[in-house]
Amino acid sequence: MKQLVEKHPLAIRWFHWVNFPVLSLMIWSGLWIYWANDVYRLGWGKTTLVKFFPQSFYEAFHVDHKLAQGMSWHFVLMWVFFLNGLLYVGYTLFSGEWRYLLPTRHSFKEAVLVTLHDLGLYKKPLPLRKFNGAQQVAYTSVIIMGLGSVLTGLAIYKPTQFGWLTQLLGGYEFARIIHFALNIGYVLFFIVHIAQVVRAGWNNFRAMVAGFEVVEVDPATHQVVAGPTSLPAADASLSPK
Amino acid sequence: MTDPSSAPAPLDGPGAPLQSEAAVLAEARRRSRRSFIGLGLAGLAGIGGWKWLISQPADEGIPRPLRKVLDANSHLTQAYFKETRLAPEFARSRAKAPRVNGRVGLAQELDPATWRMRVQGYGTGKTQEFTLADIKALPKVEMTTELKCIEGWSVVVHWAGARLSDFLARYPLATRSGHPADPLNPPADLAPYVGMRTPDELYYVGLDMASALHPQTLLCYEMNGEPLTAAHGAPVRLVTPLKYGIKHLKRIGTIAFADTRPKDYWAELGYDWDSGH
Repeated sequence: MKQLVEKHPLAIRWFHWVNFPVLSLMIWSGLWIYWANDVYRLGWGKTTLVKFFPQSFYEAFHVDHKLAQGMSWHFVLMWVFFLNGLLYVGYTLFSGEWRYLLPTRHSFKEAVLVTLHDLGLYKKPLPLRKFNGAQQVAYTSVIIMGLGSVLTGLAIYKPTQFGWLTQLLGGYEFARIIHFALNIGYVLFFIVHIAQVVRAGWNNFRAMVAGFEVVEVDPATHQVVAGPTSLPAADASLSPK
Repeated sequence: MTDPSSAPAPLDGPGAPLQSEAAVLAEARRRSRRSFIGLGLAGLAGIGGWKWLISQPADEGIPRPLRKVLDANSHLTQAYFKETRLAPEFARSRAKAPRVNGRVGLAQELDPATWRMRVQGYGTGKTQEFTLADIKALPKVEMTTELKCIEGWSVVVHWAGARLSDFLARYPLATRSGHPADPLNPPADLAPYVGMRTPDELYYVGLDMASALHPQTLLCYEMNGEPLTAAHGAPVRLVTPLKYGIKHLKRIGTIAFADTRPKDYWAELGYDWDSGH
C-alpha cells in the first residue's frame, strides 16, 4: 500500500532551486564576458573541431558587445552563487545529509553499473536508496566544480591580490581556461541531469519540490517494496547477488 | 537484493499503523499543491525582482543596484589590498609587444620636444610642468609583468619607467601640506584619488591612491627595451599591473588629485570604476 516518505529536506530544495537560475545567469553573463576574447576551441594545429562559439550562436542569442553588462552581473551574482553553495555544503555537513551524497569506495564501481543499466546493458536491479553511486559521484563532483569555479574565478578576478592562487592554478591564462571549461561541464551535467529526471519520473521530480515520495509498502512488514527511499544505509553497496 | 545492508529498512516500527491509502494520497495532493504554488511564487518573485533591478535608473551605463555592488566589491578589495603584495614578474624572454587596442586621446600630432606632463597640486590648484628628462632623472625601474586587458587577453611585457611613488616623493604634490607621499607611511593629508588625462582630455582614468603609490605603478617611457611608440603612449604612459589595461593611460597630459573618484572613461561606459587586480 502507498505511503509518503520524506526525501529532500526543505533547505536542500531551496538551495537547489536558488542555484538553478543563479548558475544559469552566471553562465549567461560569463558568455557575454567570454565573447570579448573568444579564443577557445577544440582541435589541433589548424584543424578546429569545435569553435567556442560560432558567430551564428552569438547572433542567435545576441551575446555580442555586452562585456560591461556581463561583468557587472557576474560580479553581483557571484556572491549569491558562492553563499548559496557555501550554505548548501554547510547544511549537508551539519544535517548529516553528506552521508547520502559523498561517494564511498563502492560508489565508483556502482556508478559504472548504473551507467550500463541506464544504457540498457546491465539488467539487474539497482539498489533502493536515496542516491546511487552514479548520483553520489555526480552530485559531489558538481560541488567540487563549483569550488573550482569560485577559486579560478577569484584567480582571474584579482590576479595580483590573490597572485599565489593564480600561480597555483597554472597562471592567469590557464585559470581562465579552467574557469571556461567548468562552464562546459555544467552544461553537460545539466543535459544528463534533465534526461535522468525525465527518466526517473514525476515521483522523483516532485520530491525536489515538495520533499516527499510516494512509495509502495508491504502492509504486514512495513518494508518498502517499490520506490526509492532515504532510509537504507547510505553506504550500502550494490548487491552483486 | 539479498545483501542485508542494502535491504530497505521498515518505514517505522512494525507495531505502528500505516495510514490509509486515501489519506496518503490526499496528503500528497495537499503538500504538492502547496509546494508547487510556493515554488511558482518564488519564481515570480525572482522575475519581479529582476525586472525591478533592470528598470532602475542607470548609473554610468548599468543599473544603480549593480553599480552599488561593484563599489562594495571594490571597498572589500581595498580593505584586503596590501602595499607589499606584488604582481608576479616573468622572465624577460617571454615579453611580447601588446596589441594596440585603444587610440582614444591620441589623435593629435605630438611634438615630444614641447610635451609637458602637467601636475596640479592637491589643494593648491597650482600646476607644475615636467619634461621627459625630469621623469627620466628619477630612479629607473624595470619590470616584466602581465598586461591584462579587460577583454580577457593578456600578454607579458617588459616595462621601464619611474615609479609614480618616487615622483610624488620627489615632487610632493599629492598632499595639501607638501609632505612627500611615502606609500609605507602615508601622510594624513594625502589625496585619496588621482586622475589622469590625455593632453586632448578625450581619455581619462581615475586611480585610488594606494594603487597609484604601489611600487609597480610606473610613469612608463620604455616598452620591451625601446622608447614608447606613439601608438603605445609616447612619451610617458601609466603602467600598473594592479589594474586592467583600460587604466594604463597613454600619453599622460595632466595629473590631478581629488577627494572623490575622478571621472573614468570606461567606468562611464558601464565598467567597474576600480577595475583592480
